[in-house]
Amino acid sequence: MNLKRALLLAMMVLATGFAAPAFASLEIDITRGHLEPTPLAIPSFTGSSEPEREIGRQIAGVIRADLERSGLFKVLDPASYIEHQSNIDLQPRFAEWRVIRADALLAGRVVIENENRVRVDMRLWDVFAETHLFGQQMGTTPENWRRIAHKIADSIYQKLTGESGYFDTRVVFIAESGPKINRTKRLAIMDQDGANPTFLTPGSYTVLTPRFSPTAQQITYLSYSSIVPSVFLFNIETGRQEVLGDFPGMTFAPRFSPDGKKVIMSLVQRGNSEIWMMDLRTRRRTRLTNSPAIDTSPSFSPDGSKIVFNSDRGGSPQLYIMNVDGSALRRITFGKGRYSAPVWSPRGDLIAFTKHFQGKFHIGVMRPDGEGERTLTTAYLDEGPTWSPNGRVLMFTRETRPGAGPHVWSIDLTGANLRRVTTPGDSSDPAWSPLIE
Amino acid sequence: MKTKLLKSLGFAAVFVVSACASDPQVTQTTVPSSTSQQPSSRPVTPVQTTQTYAPRPGSIEEFSTSAGDRVYFGYDSYTLSAQARATLSKQAAWMNSYPRVRVLLAGNCDERGTREYNLALGARRANSVKDYLVNLGVDPSRMTTISYGKERPIDPRSMGEAWSINRNTHTAIVSGASS
Repeated sequence: MNLKRALLLAMMVLATGFAAPAFASLEIDITRGHLEPTPLAIPSFTGSSEPEREIGRQIAGVIRADLERSGLFKVLDPASYIEHQSNIDLQPRFAEWRVIRADALLAGRVVIENENRVRVDMRLWDVFAETHLFGQQMGTTPENWRRIAHKIADSIYQKLTGESGYFDTRVVFIAESGPKINRTKRLAIMDQDGANPTFLTPGSYTVLTPRFSPTAQQITYLSYSSIVPSVFLFNIETGRQEVLGDFPGMTFAPRFSPDGKKVIMSLVQRGNSEIWMMDLRTRRRTRLTNSPAIDTSPSFSPDGSKIVFNSDRGGSPQLYIMNVDGSALRRITFGKGRYSAPVWSPRGDLIAFTKHFQGKFHIGVMRPDGEGERTLTTAYLDEGPTWSPNGRVLMFTRETRPGAGPHVWSIDLTGANLRRVTTPGDSSDPAWSPLIE
Repeated sequence: MKTKLLKSLGFAAVFVVSACASDPQVTQTTVPSSTSQQPSSRPVTPVQTTQTYAPRPGSIEEFSTSAGDRVYFGYDSYTLSAQARATLSKQAAWMNSYPRVRVLLAGNCDERGTREYNLALGARRANSVKDYLVNLGVDPSRMTTISYGKERPIDPRSMGEAWSINRNTHTAIVSGASS
């Protein structure tokens, strides 16, 4: 769970005799919904000793699970594989992979260089074009093998879709337990695939709405650890927690700016919530809204120039956009229903939101001008979307039916591939990290 | 005894009801209505067991039973109803009799809203109560307002009746009461 250790993970492209083609003949257009998943063969990575082969089996397992979960790939059953390569540097017998209808083959090898270092070599082959798509060599400490697997899955995703991946990422969320009238809510963090779950707060006080900094080393969240609930910062590397600013009232709904240097949030004074921005270095704070209405859930555009937020100044909760200095305010939602919890996509092209309409809750997306609204989900309660760093997948909180505990779910931007995310117990308020460096 | 243990731990009365449903004495004497109980595990209301229950003057129990420690709101509303104002008049009179008492006013919402909007709405509900109590002569420095949003339901059910109970401002005495 230590980021510094994780950052030691080195990555370099293999220089080999195989000339990579200028573009892959195997390409996947992920902007379309309900694609036929691309069939891949991913044998366990080879090794010259049993400890190497054991890591090789585990790495292949994580890569398979990552790619399968994306909904874009179908990993063929390893029991159906005909060829069993012993040397991944040699060209595979493509005909034998075509027989089982694999479009691409991932071949990898694990070498334990010493007790502190494992090297992993991999190659991706286009089975039909009979070409070497790319190769990579990575090194890390033995206990860090999962990150190698996620990085390889990201490389494959990027090579075959043309978009950056999202597998080497983490999710911060609220782990929930206990009866509904006396709920325990703890800050927790895990890998994107649910591995390595860790509690960051003890559960003796409630925490809500965590969000990652763009550098992935800090979290901002709402904590009830003192009488007046306040926005806090949590440093993942040191475990240090601090109140953010000495505000004269309850603060909540925090989010980082895209450069990580500011946090925007709501401050309550005399019952009225306004949106404020705090500079993390100078600690100077600026009020951005001035209205007797509710103003909350601010989220920056990825270029840092605009803020989308939730206000009931028009009589019901709706979404508004303003410049970062509070100017050029305008409402963007006019549809039927109550809109809240907007989050700007990291690509900038869409805003995800929660919509309450006719007794149901929905996750939807629309363009920043308010046009092109699409509803992606419907349930008793769906709320609080968060974007994958490539802007292709959303996680959110769902209660499937009245009284059911909340869980984190995910769905593709296309509306396909709805899944429950693996978490230890009930869970809510997910926030996706950026890609780990 | 299981029930004694629960009581000494100061468990929420709602929880005690479900745990002791087979004990008629407990249900009769400790749960006059769902409106006068504490919301959670906050150990502020020790539950009494005897039928001859008389709360001590100036105690939290007396405040809860004589004034009522919650007022309720309509959907997405922070307007005080006539009933809420009547309860707050009694709260103000009691607080004016015990000037050392300090309170935490916590606004609560039902589960049919999103988390952050409900935090903002709960803050309005807490402030409505504070403003009313100030108008009735309670010093504002004796009151702290916060919002729990939808995080502190007192009725766990997912239905209209529960939601109207869960839309409230709770007046919790934090210091100055006699024990």
